[in-house]
Amino acid sequence: MDISDVTFSLEVLHPQMARAARAGQFVIVMTHPEGERVPLTIADFDRDRGTVTLVVQAVGKTTREMQQLCQVGTDLHGMAGPLGVPSTIGSARTVVCVGGGLGVAPVYPQARAFHERGATVIGVLGFRNADLVFWEDKFREVCDELILCTDDGSAGIQGLVTDGLRLALEQHPDVAEVVAIGPPVMMQACAEATRPHGIKTVVSLNPIMVDGTGMCGGCRVRVGDQVRFACVDGPDFDGHAVDFADLRSRLGRYRGEEAQALDHWYHACRRAENAVADDLIPAPTGQGA
Amino acid sequence: MAKRTIRSIPQDRTPVREQPAAERIGSFDEVNLGYDADEAAREAQRCLFCADAPCMSGCPVSVDIPEFIRKVSDKDVQGAYETIARTNLLPAVCGRVCPQESQCESVCTVGGALEPVAIGRLERYVGDLAISEGWSQRPYVVPTPYRVGIVGSGPAGMACAADLAKAGCQVTVFEALHLAGGVLRYGIPDFRLPNEVIDAEIAALERLGVEFRTNTVVGRLFTVEQMVDEMGFDAVFIGTGAGYPTMLGIPGDSLGGVLSANELLTRANLMKARDFPMHDTPIPLGTRVAVVGAGNTAMDAMRVCLRLGAESVQCVYRRSRAEAPARAEELHHAEQEGVEFHWLTNPVAVLDDGEGNVRGLRCQRMELGEPDESGRRRPVPVPGSEFALPCDQVVFAIGTNANPIIGQTSKLVLNRRGYLQVDDAFATSMVGVFAGGDIVTGAATVIEAMGAGRKAAASIKRHLGIRDTSLWYDDPEGARFGIAAHERNFVRLRLAEREPAYSAGPASGAPTVPSTSTAVTAR
Repeated sequence: MDISDVTFSLEVLHPQMARAARAGQFVIVMTHPEGERVPLTIADFDRDRGTVTLVVQAVGKTTREMQQLCQVGTDLHGMAGPLGVPSTIGSARTVVCVGGGLGVAPVYPQARAFHERGATVIGVLGFRNADLVFWEDKFREVCDELILCTDDGSAGIQGLVTDGLRLALEQHPDVAEVVAIGPPVMMQACAEATRPHGIKTVVSLNPIMVDGTGMCGGCRVRVGDQVRFACVDGPDFDGHAVDFADLRSRLGRYRGEEAQALDHWYHACRRAENAVADDLIPAPTGQGA
Repeated sequence: MAKRTIRSIPQDRTPVREQPAAERIGSFDEVNLGYDADEAAREAQRCLFCADAPCMSGCPVSVDIPEFIRKVSDKDVQGAYETIARTNLLPAVCGRVCPQESQCESVCTVGGALEPVAIGRLERYVGDLAISEGWSQRPYVVPTPYRVGIVGSGPAGMACAADLAKAGCQVTVFEALHLAGGVLRYGIPDFRLPNEVIDAEIAALERLGVEFRTNTVVGRLFTVEQMVDEMGFDAVFIGTGAGYPTMLGIPGDSLGGVLSANELLTRANLMKARDFPMHDTPIPLGTRVAVVGAGNTAMDAMRVCLRLGAESVQCVYRRSRAEAPARAEELHHAEQEGVEFHWLTNPVAVLDDGEGNVRGLRCQRMELGEPDESGRRRPVPVPGSEFALPCDQVVFAIGTNANPIIGQTSKLVLNRRGYLQVDDAFATSMVGVFAGGDIVTGAATVIEAMGAGRKAAASIKRHLGIRDTSLWYDDPEGARFGIAAHERNFVRLRLAEREPAYSAGPASGAPTVPSTSTAVTAR
């Protein structure tokens, strides 16, 4: 299902995984045998239907290709999981669940789990503009209060999720826990917003992964003075202890290769299109990309 | 035939053809080209066929080495294959990756006066021919109703699966990655062990009826407890290995250009990042690479970096060449290919260029002091000897630990270092659950893992009450985890409840009688 031009959700039939999945876990997906292994957070699971829902943003080669290839009725080459340690759904009476952009999807199962525990759940969701808003209804079902934030104010309040979070903390002095999922810079800002109040803040980290089973250490992150592997020790960590600068620097280490892969794929697609077109019309000459 | 003596046999070891170093670093093709029929026959003639066969005691699975070499010498290669296959399932793999110089070949009688017989190369010759000719050991299998689940498809799991399949069990192997083979697949590069060899060995297991389920992370998708309690497995073998890489814990460890050898090798071998962008996984490509460590993993990592186009590859090791744990042949190949070795050198920090990239490795010189508990001389730093080694990528190949997933998600008893605790029969603290290989011993060799898988398979057969005349029944009765002898056979009792018709079937006695005692005496 398309959520926007670049965001889409996949509902994958895997009854065994739907039974095993818990909030906070993720899967590793391969689209085809030559593909790479990409980690995607489990955004929802339905044990009765035996499905697991993934929300994907088409940002690079693999995710764009998935958007094209993964149509209803097709098979994934491989999906391993659920991976990572499930989130601890504690006994906090009042919690704030913050989701920024694509992070809105993975924070949903946590909000639902807290709701099922009987906690008062305040949802804070942030998007760039009203067109990108998704899952508002799903959140309204499990949240006692929902604060929607958009950068341009086209829906909800105008501002970043941290503005929404501050609002929530002002109105609810009894907030005992904050869960924040989104881009690293957003999670860091949320952790900084709660630090002066001493409120426990859990973030879900998204470092680069290969196997997702603790075998390579590609996903290592610094938490406090320790090195932890996000795939087997996380992905949830204490937001006040995470070294976000380190995480951001490691996330950028394949930027060149990522662009190259996308470029290569784009040209391959163009060639395929041209090959089809060749049958119909004479090949154009001197065509620029 | 006249009695062979050291004097009457060919004096020199038959050399093996290899790709020249200059050519081979341009590709991932296998370096060692193996023997042809004449070379194999010539080398086989160097064996004295000693009556006491010391070589067999040097082999962790006791392959009948003189018998198979005699058959090679008689040009009965299929017979030789059958001899090996009685105890070793993967001759094409073991002939390539076993450290023979510290195993079978180290105790070869010929080796006392001349170079030892090239047992590994002969085994490989037989294994390769078996694959290309399609020979496989197809024993007559009597089906049993037992289902055995195997966690991990590395050498330990493959060996255990083969033995249990031959005993008639329905075997399912669960693998977390998308391809089976464990370290054979993701760790050992193609130029040492081509993928086709692994594919052939897995296909042979599938012909025996073993089912492989990839993308299945046991402990996450379902637990070991669930396998026994809910999924109907009568026994479980855990062979998940020791794949959790160790970082050195020095400043600069988390810089972008620092990675574990496991990550480098997984990207290059399993994910085929060397074919990027034809394959989607990228690989960090430094021009000057420093690899820390001098084991086989380090040699593989260095030689992979050379083939990926690194300008220089340097090995940094805190002990001297004599203590390097790598196989002699791999060390020699790495030297031939132009790896620069810094012996007695210990890294103390990874240097940052200010933008999160690696600029170099700060090292200190070491000298050898008194022997430590491992018997090797302990390296001690030379004061004031620090220097900077310029490089832009650092690879740590300094060892691995137990993977934590099984420990996190089951009640199995672990030892202090996080490995699974087993008794002498490879039984864990949970009835019906066995373990072997690196997850028990810590990182070791392929053949040791296979040996553990086979011994565990024998224990599982005994636990299930499958009589096997071959071996391992001299196992002590004592149950370290307090599992009584009759409990060890609970599966038989449970099956009797489940399916009364079956209980009368096997000839091994009434189902309510614990048959462990009979099995123990049956040799």
